[in-house]
Amino acid sequence: MNQVSKLFRFLKPYWKKAVLSLVLLTAVVIMDLAIPRLVQRVIDQGINAHNMQVVVNTFFLMLGISVLDTIFAIGNNNYSVQVGEGVARDLREAIFLKIQSFSFGNFDRLKTGQLMVRLSNDSGVVQRLFQISLRIGTRAPLLMIGSLILMFNTAPQLAMTMLPLLLITSAIIAVFSIKMGPLFLTMQQKLDRLNNVLQENIAGVRVVKAFVRARHEGDRFEQANEDFTERNIRVAQLMSILSPILTFALNIGIVIVVWSGGLQSIRLGNLSTGQIVAFVNYLQTTVVPLMNLVNLANIWAAAIASAGRVNEVLDAVPEVQDAPDAIALPATGRPQVVFENVGFHYNGSTDGSILHGITLTAEPGQRVAILGATGSGKSTLMNLIPRFYDPTEGRILIDGVDIRHIRQDSLLAHIGIVPQETILFSGTVRDNIRYGRPDSTDVEVVAAAKAAQAHEFILELDDGYETHVEERGVNLSGGQKQRIAIARALLTRPSILILDDSTSSVDVETETKIQSALDDLMKGRTSFVVAQRISTVLKADKIVVIDKGQIAAEGTHRELLQSSPIYQEIYASQLGNGVNGE
Amino acid sequence: MADQPTTQPNASEIRSQMMRGGPGRPGKIEKARDPRRALVRLIPYLKPYSALLVVVFTFILASTILGLIGPYLMGQAIDKFIDVKKISGLGTLALWMLVVFILGNLCDAASGWIMASVSQNALKGVRHDLFGHLQTLALTFFDSNTAGELMSRLTNDIDAINQAVSQNVVSLVASLLSMAGILIAMFLMNVWLTLAALAVVPLMLWFTNFVARYTRKGFRELQKHLGEMTSVTEEAISGQRVIKAFRRNDSVIEAFRISNQDVYKAGVYANSFALLLMPLTNQLGNLFVITIAGLGGWLALKGLVTIGTIAAFISYGRAFVNPLRQLSNIYNAIQGALAGAERVFEVIDTKSEIDEAPEAALLDTVHGHVTFDHVQFSYTPDKPIIKDMTLEAKPGEIIALVGPTGAGKTTIVNLLTRFYEIDSGQICIDGTDIRQIKKDDLRRRLGLVLQDTFLFSTSVMDNIRYGRLEATDEEVIEAARMADADHFISKLPQGYQTMLSERASNLSQGQRQMLSIARAILADPSILILDEATSSVDTRTEVRIQNALLRLMKGRTSFVIAHRLSTIRDADQLLVVKDGEIVEKGTHQQLLDQHGFYHHLYVSQFKGEQI
Repeated sequence: MNQVSKLFRFLKPYWKKAVLSLVLLTAVVIMDLAIPRLVQRVIDQGINAHNMQVVVNTFFLMLGISVLDTIFAIGNNNYSVQVGEGVARDLREAIFLKIQSFSFGNFDRLKTGQLMVRLSNDSGVVQRLFQISLRIGTRAPLLMIGSLILMFNTAPQLAMTMLPLLLITSAIIAVFSIKMGPLFLTMQQKLDRLNNVLQENIAGVRVVKAFVRARHEGDRFEQANEDFTERNIRVAQLMSILSPILTFALNIGIVIVVWSGGLQSIRLGNLSTGQIVAFVNYLQTTVVPLMNLVNLANIWAAAIASAGRVNEVLDAVPEVQDAPDAIALPATGRPQVVFENVGFHYNGSTDGSILHGITLTAEPGQRVAILGATGSGKSTLMNLIPRFYDPTEGRILIDGVDIRHIRQDSLLAHIGIVPQETILFSGTVRDNIRYGRPDSTDVEVVAAAKAAQAHEFILELDDGYETHVEERGVNLSGGQKQRIAIARALLTRPSILILDDSTSSVDVETETKIQSALDDLMKGRTSFVVAQRISTVLKADKIVVIDKGQIAAEGTHRELLQSSPIYQEIYASQLGNGVNGE
Repeated sequence: MADQPTTQPNASEIRSQMMRGGPGRPGKIEKARDPRRALVRLIPYLKPYSALLVVVFTFILASTILGLIGPYLMGQAIDKFIDVKKISGLGTLALWMLVVFILGNLCDAASGWIMASVSQNALKGVRHDLFGHLQTLALTFFDSNTAGELMSRLTNDIDAINQAVSQNVVSLVASLLSMAGILIAMFLMNVWLTLAALAVVPLMLWFTNFVARYTRKGFRELQKHLGEMTSVTEEAISGQRVIKAFRRNDSVIEAFRISNQDVYKAGVYANSFALLLMPLTNQLGNLFVITIAGLGGWLALKGLVTIGTIAAFISYGRAFVNPLRQLSNIYNAIQGALAGAERVFEVIDTKSEIDEAPEAALLDTVHGHVTFDHVQFSYTPDKPIIKDMTLEAKPGEIIALVGPTGAGKTTIVNLLTRFYEIDSGQICIDGTDIRQIKKDDLRRRLGLVLQDTFLFSTSVMDNIRYGRLEATDEEVIEAARMADADHFISKLPQGYQTMLSERASNLSQGQRQMLSIARAILADPSILILDEATSSVDTRTEVRIQNALLRLMKGRTSFVIAHRLSTIRDADQLLVVKDGEIVEKGTHQQLLDQHGFYHHLYVSQFKGEQI
């Protein structure tokens, strides 16, 4: 409930339309309630009084009301749709903007799939609640209250006899509303489990087949299938009796009206036939909204869950933010990068830090290679330079300025990154290379591609630089994507270049080619190269071996080969004894 | 979307909304290519419950008839007693009304109660068959249907059938029955009033049709824009790291705003029409009442109709308009369900993997003598992947497959496991053609560690145990130790009981690979296949795993595919594969001495030695 009310602020821009929609709805309800009244008039003052004029007049009056009613109903429909869609649009935009402001720490906690669900499904559920609240959600209680008033107005005594009935019915509805929510939830959970088994068997079909586990999986599915079916039957059966129970209450009401109302009419003469007919009509009008309330309770339950998920995104605080007094990084050709006793652990993680006590200096124009095992913290260390994460201890200085005092956009403008996992966007090859500097000329694009050893293969593609890159670049090989990513980074003419294990997924021949291109490029820039292969780091000015989050050794290839046992071990593991051919 | 009219609702309509967790957006309206066939295929699933179904329909029929009698009795009460001020007998009539109503409601509840169980059990059967069949399908099927596509198709289709079978079929029958009954009752009571009331019907149909046409168009458009927005956001979120690094947030936001606005416009259009149906039909229901009251009043004054008839007609009228309004919804739902059923049966009808020859032999003890004899294979007819391949692995040998990406190394593995069937030639294990061996039996002898490590969203313990279900905890831990996975597992929050999230996103790629190696170790296969099993672990860890694997490979015939040549130097035979052919063959040293393709690969990879 609280979660939903936090989202009410999104209704604000549309409050006029929302109010208008509610006013129109009220008008519709009043007119809907007028019809039985007028039918009663036809019977009592028309037929029973033998007055044709009343019958004809009332008929046209009802017709007129009906036309007006239709217009109002259309108005309510359109305004409520506009409010609902508008809120959904604004909600999506707010979520999207928030996501854009996230730093990497936020993304570690909220995965792409989760964010997608929040953006599309959850915002839709909230929209539905708002939309329905402007329609049946309000209409149902209005109708109920209106017909209750009219029942009392028509025949107070008869209406009194209906009260206990209505109370009992309301109680039944309340019980159902409360009971159904959790039931639906568990049903959904069982369904998720069932789908999960199905999903794993589709995605993991090779493993299932390789280990001959069809029967095992069959049992697992059968179990989930059985659970889901059983739960589903219970829910469906409960639902199947709700409607008969309510109509039963309604029917009892009708019998009471006919019998006790009939007696009253005959004995006391203070109740007309028309009134009895109208009463039955009202009774029918009262019960239906009650049924809708069960429905609404359901929508509320779903909306509360969705609003919670939406709020989780909207309330998240970007971990890395610019300090109020942040400055722009002055342009220098070859900056000095210094790590001072840097430590890092992921937010909220308690099991040890990823990095600790890292002190390291990259002199202007130096090429620093970072070598280490998977999970040793190499990539994390690199992510600290562009402030994708902030260190939890110590500081990083660029030309003597603590990077936390530099505006992030200005910092990023100086850094070129080729990430470990190549991400390309749908668009042409040219668009992708130009991504970092959209205003660059075609000549510059080609120059960057040539530098990244990409020009040749791009020309061999069907449409050269205009070739369309499919989603996630599936129409390019890993090596080709990586070279495009390198060209993209180069085009921004960064003064600091970070290559995060960027040649690991290409085969050896391609790597050799890229390597020679990079050799030229890294000249004149301060660069960091993360690698697993010794061959990649041989030419570095400084090789830093990271082990378990700490610097284990530092020096040139020759120095390390002599002094560092870990380096020797890595070297041996890659080259082996047979070919140690120096 | 379901705004309820002011009239008595149809039970199944409410139910159907509830089952979906409330009214949803009306989606695309689909049609089956051959609805009748799909329907016929569904019938067997209901057959075991035919006796119950007869009961259900009897109850529906009874409740419909009783539902008709109720308003008639009410009309009688007004005409014969209240209007003429006669008391004696009114009590009896009221009692009869009560009995009729109670029986009607009981029948209604009973039919719903039984049908819920029947339909869900029938659907359980469909799901069972679907899943069972899916498991027998060949890999080619999974290759041509992406997991996501298949998944969404199957779950949505089953859900569509679920909706239709559990609710709409019953509503359809109940609606048609009660409409027919009401028509008869109305005609019996008064022909002219009936005809006048029926004038509303074409108007209603025209409206429904009109609205449906624009709704369909609107939702097509909305679906298109939603798709665009999804791909914009998907790319923006998954590419966030790059967007941030290159400071392109503004242009991404702009692109999103544009497509978000498109969705808004399309949404307003589509929903304005879709949601119009309920208020409009509601108004038509009012029109129905007005017509009866007006014309009925005029006829009553002429003495042609009694007030009781008018009262009964109004009740009947509401009961008549309701199902009428629903018919188009029900029709669409059933169409959608049949289209879903068609696709589900398409999967069920897909041919299973070519199964073993009838005389398929059981493998007893496997020595591991593997031969490929002039094997040819292609995924698509004109693009041969494996061309005339002949090789021999003697028992206990380690065979390494080396070559550039796309050379066909993994395909060789897929053929040995019979994930795919060869086009010509022969593959034998211990002299037996593998096509003569039961597939399950064959695969049980093969231990696979694949490039794509797939783990299940169960505990670490269960994932390793997948290799041998009856293994004890100690054996699992021992296998983990051998794969060098024990030390990182024990550091996980709950150790071996740590639950892996979907697709094991809480483990690194290297850790996942170690788990899948442990899984294969536990399976204790006769022939071991390692397809880039250590590609994602760093070289020092690899050396440790390598040692474990070497112990494992002892005494088993092993096929090893690797990118890094350091991993395969100790192999008994190195086969250099290029473009689907074996171009070089020999031990590491022999091949180096040849100064051929392998030498070239090796030198470029280990150029460190030149320094």
